[in-house]
Amino acid sequence: MSGAVVHRARSAALWRLRSAAAPWLCACCAAGVAGALLLILGYVVREGLGAFSLSFLTELPHPVGVAGGGVGNGIVGSLIIVGLAALMAFPVGTLAGIFLASSGWETLVDLVRYLCDVLASIPSIAIGLFAYSLLVEPFGHFSGFSASFAFAVLMLPLIIRTSEAAMRGVSHEIREAAIALGAREHVATLRFVLPAAWPGVVTGLLLAVARVTGETAPLLFTAFGSQFWELNPANPMAELSLQIFTYAISPYRSWHAQAWAGALLLILSVFALSVLARLFLRRSARS
Amino acid sequence: MAGWLFFLAMDLACGLFLLVVGGIFLELLAGSWPSIRAFGLSFLWTSAWDPVAGKFGALPFIYGTLVSSLVAIALAAGVGLLAAIYLAEFAPGWLGAPLGLLIELLAAVPSVVYGLWGLFVLSPIVRSQIGPFLQATLGFLPLFSGPIYGVGMLTAILILVLMIVPTVVAVSRDVLLAVPDIQRESMLALGATRWEVTRRVVLPAARGGIFGACVLALGRAVGETIATTMVIGNRPVISASLFAPGYTLASVIANEFTEATTTVYLGALTELGLLLFVLSLIVNGLARVLLRALSGGLRQA
Amino acid sequence: MFASGAVTVSGSMTVKLACRGLSAYFGQLRALHDINLDIATNSVTAVIGPSGCGKSTLVRCFNRMHEVVGGARVEGQVLLDGEDVYGPGVDAPAVRRRIGMVFQRPTPFPTMTIEENVVAGLSLDGNRLSRTAKERVVERGLRQAALWDEVKDQLGKPGTSLSGGQQQRLCIARALAVEPEVLLLDEPCSQLDPISTARIEELLSELAADYTIVLVTHNMQQAARASNFTAFLLGGKLVEFGETNQIFTNPACRETEDYVTGRFG
Repeated sequence: MSGAVVHRARSAALWRLRSAAAPWLCACCAAGVAGALLLILGYVVREGLGAFSLSFLTELPHPVGVAGGGVGNGIVGSLIIVGLAALMAFPVGTLAGIFLASSGWETLVDLVRYLCDVLASIPSIAIGLFAYSLLVEPFGHFSGFSASFAFAVLMLPLIIRTSEAAMRGVSHEIREAAIALGAREHVATLRFVLPAAWPGVVTGLLLAVARVTGETAPLLFTAFGSQFWELNPANPMAELSLQIFTYAISPYRSWHAQAWAGALLLILSVFALSVLARLFLRRSARS
Repeated sequence: MAGWLFFLAMDLACGLFLLVVGGIFLELLAGSWPSIRAFGLSFLWTSAWDPVAGKFGALPFIYGTLVSSLVAIALAAGVGLLAAIYLAEFAPGWLGAPLGLLIELLAAVPSVVYGLWGLFVLSPIVRSQIGPFLQATLGFLPLFSGPIYGVGMLTAILILVLMIVPTVVAVSRDVLLAVPDIQRESMLALGATRWEVTRRVVLPAARGGIFGACVLALGRAVGETIATTMVIGNRPVISASLFAPGYTLASVIANEFTEATTTVYLGALTELGLLLFVLSLIVNGLARVLLRALSGGLRQA
Repeated sequence: MFASGAVTVSGSMTVKLACRGLSAYFGQLRALHDINLDIATNSVTAVIGPSGCGKSTLVRCFNRMHEVVGGARVEGQVLLDGEDVYGPGVDAPAVRRRIGMVFQRPTPFPTMTIEENVVAGLSLDGNRLSRTAKERVVERGLRQAALWDEVKDQLGKPGTSLSGGQQQRLCIARALAVEPEVLLLDEPCSQLDPISTARIEELLSELAADYTIVLVTHNMQQAARASNFTAFLLGGKLVEFGETNQIFTNPACRETEDYVTGRFG
């Protein structure tokens, strides 16, 4: 390089050092992040395994001072609440997603897409307040169903955007080929595009379920919690993450142990859902 | 016939969605009305929170939410971005991919788990180790003065950092990996080192997406309820010290909503929810404007 | 057959770049087998062969770009002015500053302006350019790449706003700004229209006065038109190397003849 054109910065040596040190700094940050998170995870596993047992999964909570007991009702409650939420959010979200991907009504498409972003950014506790004023206050009591509703609202933006992306991911040729065969617009969408997009849609649903499975905040004033086997969503219901919270802020040592075991269970289920979603997407990408 | 039904179903779904989003705003507004009527705008800058006397001001909660989330995102963005750069640009393939996947999974760890760990593990460490150390070295700053309780603003910030850093890393890594390899090779072929390639080609191409990742993480910190509630100390005070307890908008709703009795009390709590809603709208709106300025500046540059 | 043993450039020409026993691997896959080749100073050397024969890999070994792909490695020597670029203590970025490269697809950096693209390789390593030096480099680079007249009024626009052929010449200007000694072009015209292609070929013959040029191409007419020497690769082996005239009119090997007369590939 000719010296006439380029003059060295005075700090060339410093620059060299920085250039060489920067990757190491990045590596340290990555190690720090991964290390800290694995530390937390390891701690939860260690503490959680200590209180883990079959009866923890199947029994009702015991009163303070009585040994044993479990979160069986919370697990069942979680399944019911999340299941109902998925039942509500899935059809609405998927249809709205298909609408976004296939409608020519630009103004409405833009509006829905924008509001999707807005909804995704609203803190879950505010959604809980909404569910409270809509489904708890008018009926005069807490209910599992109001929690499901709050969860469904939380799931909506995720489902809408993933199903839209999945629909758009299907190549345009498939739709055009179908239409060229004489299929009507909606037949092309339903019979040809949707089946191809299906794995993406299901992946979105799984991720949305994973997301709300760990949610606690809106449950405080919707599901509220229960000490019993409550299977009727019209009544207050127990829920796993809510139980963990209640146990954690209680002053009792035996409850703390149960909170750790519950946390382990919660992490395992959320991980299982996320991994399942990924595997599903990968398998479909291969076929 | 089937087509007609299908279109109707789609339109209904969209209508329902719009109704829900509109409903959230209206319900929150209606719920806060008693408080809005009683206190007006002064709700935003008064700091009395006395349910017995019926006096309510949101300032300590706004302060707590802003300070905890802004400090947390500042820390998480720096560390997270560097970690993402390592995973996307420098880590060997056998390490980068699984580590990236792991951190992506960790981004899904529920907040109640972080709260639990923060309450039982981190806050004792803050009380016995981190706090005294900071006080011994930087104690002359008002930031690190006063008694150390363990639970408090500092612990909340640390927990928030741990919670949102996986989001920053996972999303930034995706964005960095999306920069085409040919761009990297072109810069390498000019005689650049890996770091120079990252600095001059990869980061500029990815800055919009990285910014988006940080906004996403900030949104999570602003709205985080359970983890902060468990470790921030829950006292409506504004203190210069990071060791002192604080309170956030989301935490006070979580703690007091089911116990609130009077209409004004409920209204005040709902108004805090409305504030959270508006705050996230502002964050998102600002992000959009900034993003547009960022890419607009690029187009003209 | 010249499958092994050094192929030397005839006459009084000096050797700028040479490889000795060069083999390249992608993991287990051997992409180049024991290549020996001399490239003359201030000449245009074309590397031809059917797709997958290792042409690109060969030139990427010259400036150590082969190794940036995961699992890729090199055996043997590449000598630049007699010095092994794979020798101990040799800094790969320093090699790449002496051996510039232009890729198959135009790759202007999308976040940089035309001007910034040209000087992209100069502000590395802590160096700073003064305003006037920068203007000088930009003008000289763009003139050398025969692009100056077309873009001198829009230097502040993004590099990606140019047409494909202009973008490719911008990439040539960017490579030249670093003042390399050798310029490698990896099928630089495969994505371009015939007019842009003609401009770049014309440019190559001008640049050969100052630089040593290696041109990878799958287009035999281009090799015949634009090069002094031609190397024919097949299946990762160097089949024949010689003056372009001789390769195209009187090849020594049967495979070469089949290829240049269009009987396969």
